[in-house]
Order: sequence, then C-alpha cells, then structure tokens
Amino acid sequence: MNRVLTAIVEPGFFSSAPVHVALLVGGMVAVVSGIIGTFTVMRGQSYAGHALADISVTGGSGSFLIGISPLWGFAGTSVAAAGIMDLIGVRRPRGRDLATGIVRGAGLGLGALFLYWDTTHTSTTGATVTILFGSMFTIDSSVIPVVAAFGLAAVGIVAALYRPLLLSSASSDLAVVRGVRVRTTGALCLVAIALAVSLSALTIGAILSTALLVGPAATALRLTARPALVMIWSALIGLAATWLGILLAFDSYYWPPARQGWPVSFFVVALILIFYLLAQARPAGRGGKPGRG
Amino acid sequence: MFSAFMTETWVVATIVAVVAGVVGFFVVLRGSAFVADALPTGAFAGAAGASLIGVNTLIGLGAFSLVGALGIGWLGRRSRHDVAVALALVAMLGLGALFLSFSVGYAPEIYSLLFGEVLGISVNEIAPVAVLGAVCIAAILVMYRPLMLSSVMPELGEVRGVRAHWIEMGFLVVLALATSMALPVVGALLIFSLMIGPPAAARSVTSRPLLAMGLSVVLAVVTVWAAIAASYQTNWPVGFFVGAIGAACYAAGRGWAALQQTRMARSRSGGLARACRVPA
Repeated sequence: MNRVLTAIVEPGFFSSAPVHVALLVGGMVAVVSGIIGTFTVMRGQSYAGHALADISVTGGSGSFLIGISPLWGFAGTSVAAAGIMDLIGVRRPRGRDLATGIVRGAGLGLGALFLYWDTTHTSTTGATVTILFGSMFTIDSSVIPVVAAFGLAAVGIVAALYRPLLLSSASSDLAVVRGVRVRTTGALCLVAIALAVSLSALTIGAILSTALLVGPAATALRLTARPALVMIWSALIGLAATWLGILLAFDSYYWPPARQGWPVSFFVVALILIFYLLAQARPAGRGGKPGRG
Repeated sequence: MFSAFMTETWVVATIVAVVAGVVGFFVVLRGSAFVADALPTGAFAGAAGASLIGVNTLIGLGAFSLVGALGIGWLGRRSRHDVAVALALVAMLGLGALFLSFSVGYAPEIYSLLFGEVLGISVNEIAPVAVLGAVCIAAILVMYRPLMLSSVMPELGEVRGVRAHWIEMGFLVVLALATSMALPVVGALLIFSLMIGPPAAARSVTSRPLLAMGLSVVLAVVTVWAAIAASYQTNWPVGFFVGAIGAACYAAGRGWAALQQTRMARSRSGGLARACRVPA
C-alpha cells in the first residue's frame, strides 16, 4: 500500500514549500474561477473572459516595467479593460464579440510594447514565457493574502448580486420587467470576471486561465441544471483538475525527455478537457455518478 | 525602409493584408470574432511543436490551425459555440506549453511569433504565402453567395438549400489557412486585430457588401503598411502598431456611424425620430 502511494505521490510532495503554496493558491483560484465561470458560461461571455485574461498580460508586463507586484498589474488592467468593454457596448450580442476583440487587440498591442521594453531594457527574456504560461511552482508566498482578498472580492460581488444576476443571465427581458438594473448587473459581473481571470492568469498563466474559467463550468452545466449545484460542481471540478495537475507535474520530474518536469498548465488543461468530454459523453440530464477521473 | 532586404517584407505584408481584409469582412459579418482570435493563438502552439521536431514552422502552423478549425466545428455542433471555441483554444495552448517546456532557448522566437517580426521574412517565404493567399481568396469567391446568405440570413439560407454547417466548416478552414500564412508576419496575437478593425470600420461606412469588402481590403493594406513603416522607424513591435491602428479604425467607424445616425434623426420630425431611433 505504502509502495503504491509512493509511486503515485513522489516522495517530498507534501514537504515541499513551493508545492504548498501552489496547492493553496491554485486551489483558491480554481474555486473562484469555478464560481465566476458558471455565470461566464451562462451569459455566453467566454470570449470576454478569455480576452480579459490576455489583456491582463499587458498589466503583467507593465508591472515588470515599473516594478510593482504582477498581481496588481494583472488585476488593475483587466478591471480597467472590463470597464472599457462595457462602455463601448459589450452588452449587445451583435457587436459584443467585435467590441471585445477590439479592446483585446489594442490591449495586446500595448502588451507587446511593454514586453519589448522589458526584454530590451532589463534583459529578462524569460518574462514573456512566465507571463503567458504562468509558473505555479515559483509563486511567492507573500501573494497569498492578496490572492485571497481578490478572490473574496470577486465571489462577494457575485454573491451580492446572485438573484438579479441569475435572472438577467437567464432572460434579460424578464429581468427588466422585474425591475433588475440589467446594465449595472452586467457591468459588475464583468468586473467579477476580470478579477477572477487576473487571479488565474497569475497562477496558471494568462492564456490558459480561460481553461479554468470555462471548462469546469461548462462541464458542471452538463451535470445538473440547478444553479447553486452547478457552482459547487464547477468549483470542485476545477479544484480536482488543479490539484491533480500539480501532483502530476511534480511526479513528471522523473519522466522523459528531460529531467525538468512537464508544465503544470498542460496537466490542468488536459484534465479539464477529459472531465468535459466525459460529461459530454453522458446523456444530458441528471442522476448517475459524474465522471470525475 | 525601402532598401532591398525590406522588399520581401512589403510584398508578403501586402498579400497578408489583402487576404485579411477579405476574410475579415466575413468574420465581422458572421460575428465569429472569437474563432478568428482563437485560431491564431492556438496555431502558435503548432509552431512550437514544429520547431521541437524540426520541421518548417509553416507546416506546424497549418496543421494546428486546421485541426483547431475542425475541432471547433465538431465541438460547436454539440455544445455552446463560445465554450467549444474556448476549449479548443486551451487544448491547443496546453499542448503548446508542453512543447515549449521540451524545447530549450526558444524565447526570442516565441516573442516574434506572438507579436510579429518585420525583418524575419525571407525570399523563400513569398511563394508559400502567395499560394496560400490565392487559395483563400479563391475559396471565398467560390463560396461567396452561400456564405453571404448564411451569414446574413441563416434561415433563408437553409430554405434555399445552403447547408449552414458545411459552409461554417468551409469558412473555418479558410480562416485557418489565412491564419497560418499571416501569423509569422504580424504575430499570433494581432492578426486578429487586422481581421476585425478594418472590416468593422468598412461595414459602418457602407452596407453594400462588395464596396465594404473593397474598403476593408484598402484599410487593411494601409494599416499594415503604416504599422511596418512605424515599426521600422521606432524599432517597436509591429503588433503594437497593428493593434493600435486597428482599434483606431474601429473607433473611427463607430464615430462615423453615430454621426450618420444623429444626422438622420435630426432630419426627421421630432416625435417620429424618437419613435424610430435605434437605441444606442
């Protein structure tokens, strides 16, 4: 039994400090993204979520330049971008993707410029890779309180708006009739998405954060139709994928081709996809034990 | 800026801009901005894979963007469209992260693939880009009527016998081709600005399809030329200029449309105008 356990969990997994931080921060991010992601998927805003993650790269690279913690750069930029998207009309379905795309294009252009300055002026060539693909095992433990605060803020917004948000996500006409301020609700929801996305951008990387936001929520929506349950499932699936991913990445140090380990992001994404495809294979509806690997 | 070694750049960039203008027109018309965004970003992972096994970058780009396009088409039939696109995108990027971790010392090349490289274009890139560009334009010409019909009025298209799903697949493949040829020039993250900014501006100026498409091509070419010239002068990345000019095009288009609307509203009598005005 002990030997089996050692084969699955490489020795040193539970005593390594970087792993502790990765498990803690990754877990928080997964739960927050799972909850916020439920609304993202229900409202059809996956693209906005992805674009905000990409744009936060701009903030990440900008923060390298002025020397503040990347977390502030990530969060500040993506909240600002969410505001701009809302201003130029992300609400109307017809022009929504277009507006999102334009903001993303402009934001990334700036990001390119910042990265260029980063790489030429401080010669940190690794910055590009770190910012885009994240580096879970190198998270500084001092960011834990900040990550927790941002995560609580995002979940707090959604919790405070729970009913109006749900109503306006299901049917915006009905919400207007019932006196919900659809515009304000939508804008605040976008801010919550921005906060969640910038968190995950920091841990599993700006581009791959889309996976944690969309994947678990889309999987959970296949398993049950009750909103509260969807959120719980989505958080659990995200958590499972993240922790298993970290475990596998730690194990993979001894795998070929080189003794340097496979990236965490790869495992997390692969697990999320497996969960999603398993849920897809099930007949739609409820009941039965969902596939959770 | 116009010295001999820049000739290839100008030629290739112009081809890319023309194709982006034409294909982008349909991207805007069909509202498939997310796909146009996801394919290049995902295809970038293919370039990393190609460099890992030592084949031509263009092959990796092409393979990944084609597989991505087909995957989006397949997943999109069974689930929400934006979720399908997002998942296909992260699947490709996950592989990309794996490839990158296997290859060593690749960072500068990644940077130029993501954000574009003006001086990296060599003579033997002209032929494949020209061929791929011609194929894209030809495919759009062949599909023009059904594509137009299914973009503007999907229901009418179905009645007239247009298979919306096959048209979607065909369009995705064209998009994938356009992506893989444009990627090395303007960079994975910003092709998409080129495919969206100019066509969106063109569409808000005129509603006649052919005129809008022509205008979109002209704007795209001007955008790319200006971006390359500026990048050459300042040595800043091309992507920055493409993104900024693309956004400026869009803003100008929106401003123009708003101006037209107020003018129209003012020319009508007060009560009628208030009744007819489209809520902004």
